[in-house]
Amino acid sequence: MIDVRDLRKHYRVHRRAPGLWPAIRSVFSRTYETVPAVDGITFEIAEGERVGFLGPNGAGKTTTLKVLSGLLHPTSGDVRVHGHVPKDRDDAFLREIMLVTGQKQQLLWDLPPADTFDLNRAIYDVPRAEFRKTVDELVDLLDLGSLIDKPTRQLSLGERMKCELAAALVHRPRVLFLDEPTIGLDVNMQTVVRSFIRTYNERHRATLVLTSHYMEDVAALCPRVIVIDKGVLAYDGSLEQLSRRVRPEKHVVLRFSREVDAADLEGLGNVVTREPASVVLAVAPADVTAVVSRALARLPVEDLTVQNPPLEEVMSELFTRSRVEREAAS
Amino acid sequence: MSLARALKASPTLFRVGFAGAVAYRAELLVWMLSTTTPFVMLALFSAVAAEQPIGNYDQRQLGLYFIATFIVRQLTGSWAAWEINFEVRQGTLSVRLLRPVHPIIGYAIENLAAIPLRLIIVIPVVVGAIAYFGAGWLPSSAVKWAAFAAAALGGWLITYLINVAIGSLSLYIESSVKVLDVYLVLFFVFSGYTIPVDLFPGWLATLGEWLPFRYQIALPVQILTSAHDTEAVARELVRQWAFVVGLLVTTSVLWQRAIRRYGAFGG
Repeated sequence: MIDVRDLRKHYRVHRRAPGLWPAIRSVFSRTYETVPAVDGITFEIAEGERVGFLGPNGAGKTTTLKVLSGLLHPTSGDVRVHGHVPKDRDDAFLREIMLVTGQKQQLLWDLPPADTFDLNRAIYDVPRAEFRKTVDELVDLLDLGSLIDKPTRQLSLGERMKCELAAALVHRPRVLFLDEPTIGLDVNMQTVVRSFIRTYNERHRATLVLTSHYMEDVAALCPRVIVIDKGVLAYDGSLEQLSRRVRPEKHVVLRFSREVDAADLEGLGNVVTREPASVVLAVAPADVTAVVSRALARLPVEDLTVQNPPLEEVMSELFTRSRVEREAAS
Repeated sequence: MSLARALKASPTLFRVGFAGAVAYRAELLVWMLSTTTPFVMLALFSAVAAEQPIGNYDQRQLGLYFIATFIVRQLTGSWAAWEINFEVRQGTLSVRLLRPVHPIIGYAIENLAAIPLRLIIVIPVVVGAIAYFGAGWLPSSAVKWAAFAAAALGGWLITYLINVAIGSLSLYIESSVKVLDVYLVLFFVFSGYTIPVDLFPGWLATLGEWLPFRYQIALPVQILTSAHDTEAVARELVRQWAFVVGLLVTTSVLWQRAIRRYGAFGG
């Protein structure tokens, strides 16, 4: 269980204008500013849950993950992960967690991933038999094959990320913090990584906290999302509810067998996008059945789907609203 | 991680550290060439001593001194300050902090893992020195060898702990590489690496007595070349290990305080 109460993390940042004179002046006198990266957030995550941390750049997602994994000392607030205080970084805590970031790696650059696996076996004191079983399972799930015997520096980004995940799981952590685990990966590799993460969670009942800018990651993995904006909690609940709350309308996507005029679409709903032989309509949920019936009756419909608005749009709308509310309050 | 557990894991940590150290063969060769300062100093001092001895050092003694200096430097080297600075700036210190091995132990094992590699160049130098000067200059009893081992270990610990302390400063002042440069200047002067410390004029020798640098190189060298009697060795070892304990406490406190300021930059 992860329990966070009124967490704050403020950074002291040095500010100076560009140019030579400000640079010289900064040698003698500096201006500092306190930036609240996380500003009083509270939430709980149950054991085995998969939670997505969402927010625009600089929202405080990664800072929160770093506090939860013990890398950063919070400015104030109470944080517990499986009963441990992360900033103490005691051995028992470090054995239960792992933070995987898409931008930093633990793999030894000049050596094959197998050496990093073995290093982690020794560091985490994993019995050899259990280690072999775990590595075999990871090699199988991630299709690592002979990759683990090639020097890390000779692996592609996707191959490295798969090996990175495997290295992180050698000691079977009960809590996994994933910060942009699919960043820079191609679509196929993203799917592999997502599927693996989900399998690991289901097989070992590990708690999973994920940040990602790829909404597909969040949609595929996280039934629950926590949205942070400017260090403040903007939403905590299911993705479905979030969509319903922020963008309640449905998108009716129609593809036609021939070109259709704009006039033919009148009365069907708001046109989101239109091309000669296709259209996306925004329709209130209660009107979907009627709109679909009317469209089928009067238009040459070849294909029809009803979807929620894209998550990117939902998030963008949420951030805009939350900013407006904040500005109004201040 | 408890020390006992760290010791249990140390064979793998050493093996991986060694494998990392030998990964680049060309770099290894260049590094070997960069360790020849004592031989340059030997050539300079020998040329001067050809006319008459310098202090108590004739050409033979200078030869033995700088060969011993080379050996001790290889056994007591550490680059933890540079490594900590790099990892703090890049944010890669995070990887260490997430592992149940205290970073001070982790860096230590990585530094020590390079010693077998250094022996590759130390052993031929020792064999050459014995062939040229005979074996009479080496410690003549097990006790003297034990004293040398204690002095070399103490010298390495002082070097390593100073490195960690300087590295910790990077968490306060963003980069402590320039502090490392200042340390290296003091080290080169006061450790005996470039000039035997007993050639210092009175006031400089007194200053050197109060600093830890001479225990990094000069003391192990003097014990290896049998330059001290038993009483002096015992007295100097006590003083050296007092520095070790003092630095261990200071560095541990500094690290614990400094790490709270870690920003885990970049990702």
